[in-house]
Amino acid sequence: MALTRNDVEQIANLARLELTGTQTAMYQQQLSDILNYADMLDQLDLEGVEPTTQAVTMRNVLRADVVETTLTMDEVLANAPQKANNQFVIQAVLDE
Amino acid sequence: MSKYEAVIGLEVHAELMTDSKMFCGAPVVDSVEAEPNVAVRPLCLGMPGTLPVANKQAIEYALKVALALNCDINKFNRFDRKNYFYPDLPKGYQISQLDHPIGVNGYVDVTLESGEVKHIRVRRVHMEEDTGKLTHMADGTSLVDYNRAGVPLLEIVSEPDIHSAEVAHAYATHLRQILRYLEVNSGDLEKGVLRVEPNISIRPTGTDELNTRTEVKNLNSFRILYMASEYEIKRQTALIESGGSVVQETRGWNEERKSTFSQRIKEDAHDYRYFPDPDLPAIELDQSFIDAVRAGLPELPASKIERYQTEMGLGAADAKQLAAEKRTAIWFDAAVTAGGDPKAVANMLINNLSAMMNESGQAIDDIAVTPDSLVGLLVQVEKGVINKNIAKEVLAEMFANGGSAASIIAAKGLAQVSDDGPIRDVISTILANNPNELAAYKAGKTKLRGFFVGQVMREMKGKANPAVVNQLLDEALKS
Repeated sequence: MALTRNDVEQIANLARLELTGTQTAMYQQQLSDILNYADMLDQLDLEGVEPTTQAVTMRNVLRADVVETTLTMDEVLANAPQKANNQFVIQAVLDE
Repeated sequence: MSKYEAVIGLEVHAELMTDSKMFCGAPVVDSVEAEPNVAVRPLCLGMPGTLPVANKQAIEYALKVALALNCDINKFNRFDRKNYFYPDLPKGYQISQLDHPIGVNGYVDVTLESGEVKHIRVRRVHMEEDTGKLTHMADGTSLVDYNRAGVPLLEIVSEPDIHSAEVAHAYATHLRQILRYLEVNSGDLEKGVLRVEPNISIRPTGTDELNTRTEVKNLNSFRILYMASEYEIKRQTALIESGGSVVQETRGWNEERKSTFSQRIKEDAHDYRYFPDPDLPAIELDQSFIDAVRAGLPELPASKIERYQTEMGLGAADAKQLAAEKRTAIWFDAAVTAGGDPKAVANMLINNLSAMMNESGQAIDDIAVTPDSLVGLLVQVEKGVINKNIAKEVLAEMFANGGSAASIIAAKGLAQVSDDGPIRDVISTILANNPNELAAYKAGKTKLRGFFVGQVMREMKGKANPAVVNQLLDEALKS
């Protein structure tokens, strides 16, 4: 499966990546190669095999509704580029 | 009939009242009262290496709601990632259920003020997590609080079966009552634990077209839901009648102007790239678990309203009022079970106790009057020990200081006087003391009879048996 230049631009946009023209062409090639490689799986005969979305067969891994210790305020905000009033400060998001 | 009709579907988001969050042990706190970022664990911040584990209680609550809304239950449940970049969830996706929601194909029957019943289908009920809260500042920055990020959230989506603002309001109110009866959500719209978003379009009446719709967000009361729906219906109708067309968009509500406004979000920009969350193994619900949760469901308001009318003979308005809040309904049921006449209990509750509770700001569970003690009071009235006016006085005393009706009546000497002797004496005195009124009465001003009754009752501090007073007074006036 080959990706178009538009596909790559769309993916980059959704990932908030800014690509140069050269990079777009490079990723178009690389991503297409990866998908082509995965296309090999189409050669398998999967007649009668249930679709799987997870490799694990575990079921019902649940936790009881119990409160555990929270982070301290310093820990919560340790990676905040900017903070104020015990909150993260971000630049306003334009499309909200 | 108007030329156009509305087509409305409602999306309702309800936070579930668990102690801890959906996928980690961070506590669920009141997002209005709590200081920001005090209920945060590494998972809430999307820290690398953290793994979500689903909260069993939240799943049980979600199942309760799906069952109460008459849904088909999907035994196989899977969580999916809804990918988007927005600072309200730092990990870059919201965990939700796309293809395998816990409940599908449900319905509720909503009774309108007129008594008409509307059948509203529920398309799906699915589990997800709430997002953090952004506060937009004047300088163009925003503050982010992650207390709410990861709180268990239920999304309840109706089919577009609603055709007026009135029905949208009634459906939302009905849903809120059910959530409160199930004790999974407080129903507090102002705190944002329950959020209602209508999708609205219009079409020529009688057709089954589905036209371009708008979605209205951030409505923090059912009154605003009603007004915003009315406004959208009128706005879209005017637009179409003047040859324009409706633009698919999200709109907000301007409370000052009482109008909706475009929030200018590009709808086609959303591409959530849902995929199954590899971190969360699927959940399979056992039939025995589903059966047990179903068996544990409380009687819901619609059933109570029906029962109060058909079995107890109450009027529709009284039945609705008693069933509106679960605790009131349970209190009422307990009083009836204790032997109280349903109409007498309903009357005391609606006409007397509610006013006292409003004044004192108490909830029904906190008042000194119990279902049993109210029945004790009604028995005193029934036996003729006290009359209805004195009963109100006794009730006020029971409300203020507790105690049984019998002991209050004894302590305060409130028992009704039915013996002829004392009443006859008082009547003689009253007639003797008011010769002018008596003369006027005898001259034909018969309205003065009420004056004499009032004087006698006042003299006897309200304790005289009204029937005996009436009878003896008539005899005295004739002589």
